[in-house]
Amino acid sequence: MALLELDGVRAGYGQTRVLHGVSMSVGDGDVVALLGANGAGKTTTLRAITGGVRWDGIINFGGRSLRRATTEAIVRMGIAHVPEGRGVLTELTVEENLRLGAYLRRDGGGVAKDYDRVFGYFPILRERRKLSASTLSGGEQQMLALARALLMRPKLLLLDEPSLGLAPLVVRSIFEIIRAVNESDRVAVLLVEQNARIALELSSRAYVLEVGRVAVEGESATLKNQESVRRSYLGY
Amino acid sequence: MQEFLQQVLSGIASGGIYASLALALVLIYNAMGLVNFAQGEMAMFATFLAFTLIGRGMDYWIALPLTIAIAFVGGIVIQRVVIRPVERAPVLTLVIVTLGLATLINGLAGFFFGYLPRLFPSPFSVQTIDIFGAAASWQDLGVIAVSGVVLVLVFLMLQRTTVGLAMRAAAHNPEASRLLGIRVSWMLALGWGLASAVGAVSGIMVAPILYLEPNMMQTVIIYAFAAAVLGGIESPLGAVIGGLIVGVTVNLAGTYLPGVGGDLQLAVAFAIIIAVLVIRPNGLLGRRAMRRA
Repeated sequence: MALLELDGVRAGYGQTRVLHGVSMSVGDGDVVALLGANGAGKTTTLRAITGGVRWDGIINFGGRSLRRATTEAIVRMGIAHVPEGRGVLTELTVEENLRLGAYLRRDGGGVAKDYDRVFGYFPILRERRKLSASTLSGGEQQMLALARALLMRPKLLLLDEPSLGLAPLVVRSIFEIIRAVNESDRVAVLLVEQNARIALELSSRAYVLEVGRVAVEGESATLKNQESVRRSYLGY
Repeated sequence: MQEFLQQVLSGIASGGIYASLALALVLIYNAMGLVNFAQGEMAMFATFLAFTLIGRGMDYWIALPLTIAIAFVGGIVIQRVVIRPVERAPVLTLVIVTLGLATLINGLAGFFFGYLPRLFPSPFSVQTIDIFGAAASWQDLGVIAVSGVVLVLVFLMLQRTTVGLAMRAAAHNPEASRLLGIRVSWMLALGWGLASAVGAVSGIMVAPILYLEPNMMQTVIIYAFAAAVLGGIESPLGAVIGGLIVGVTVNLAGTYLPGVGGDLQLAVAFAIIIAVLVIRPNGLLGRRAMRRA
């Protein structure tokens, strides 16, 4: 059974419907890419999963329906969502942001170890821990958001455009860390990306959304080499 | 010089009272982006509760923390019952709701306790003690001590505890906080509880000076507004600093400016509000010119 399952999910904002029946699944420990043009419904799909937008259809996580669950409850079930714009709390310090990542955890020893680990991934965060998060650069804020999500020890990580606005070198290192975390902890990842090339490299499977529907799905390796898919949907 | 010191000290005592109520205003402003116009009336009602408890023979130092605890719970209940249903309503609706709440509480206090001004007991003696040649009253020193302790406790809670951190996060960015598993709605309720508790302290501290009656807080709240605006309406520390500045300034103006006396002290508070809004709208510690929606 898949960790996360969506079946015929429709969602929108007010009168505007954005998703017209999205079906997809993410298995335990999988990295799945969700691709598509601007406005195809990628962000809305993630927001539906964590209850940030009204939806109908079926969304199950670990076999449980998310139908009536609040965002807080969904997060407590083990989904960490790094939203568009990263959701860094800029009024707080770097350290306070990280502490909120561990907000739900009661295993002090495990948290301490995880701090060491994320500071190992992102040494810059240790240096800046006392500073206001608003002083961080875009790349550093993305690192902070990812580090904070890792401290939540999720079963599933939802990442919304982690490469947006970042220098290629920073993107590279962030994707390396996502891969490392996936491999060492078996954390499943659902990755929304505009940068299809790098997303297909990291993921094992991919879905391409087109105006609120899944237009193409398959193995990432296959999609990467299918010229028609590349041309019409991925733009490279 | 001695008189000056005495006036400063008694200004700090009033300032501690204004600071407490201003902090209450700021806590709720941060939680819902709006000042709670019923804050003063809630404090007044809590003070009547303390008055009743003490009148029934309870020791002051038991009645004080007990009233604060009741005010805390009361604040949470008011948020859940009155504010939560209109949480997402336009600002003007919320303004009307808190104004209505103020009228309601004022009326209830009049109904239950009457409009007769009552002498509220003070645990501090009116005797004075010599400090650097100035005669400081125990009353002033006691008010400063109690307000100081309460303000420090609130700061420790907000800055040092996890629940305080979650409250700040929920107030600043509810969406992002929900994604961290924070129960935002409860954190806002907790903010109301905390504000109500701090406000109750200001009421109980001011009552021995002003006489207790349902309209007691209506001038105090103006000073608290001045303090909150001066400090920067989003900054808890600013509220405290603003409270002390307003307390001392108003007191000194009343003593030394010809014509101000006791009657025009409130005008000084208004002058401070207007001056801040004209010269430095963000206040002393307010950082941002705009709030992101």
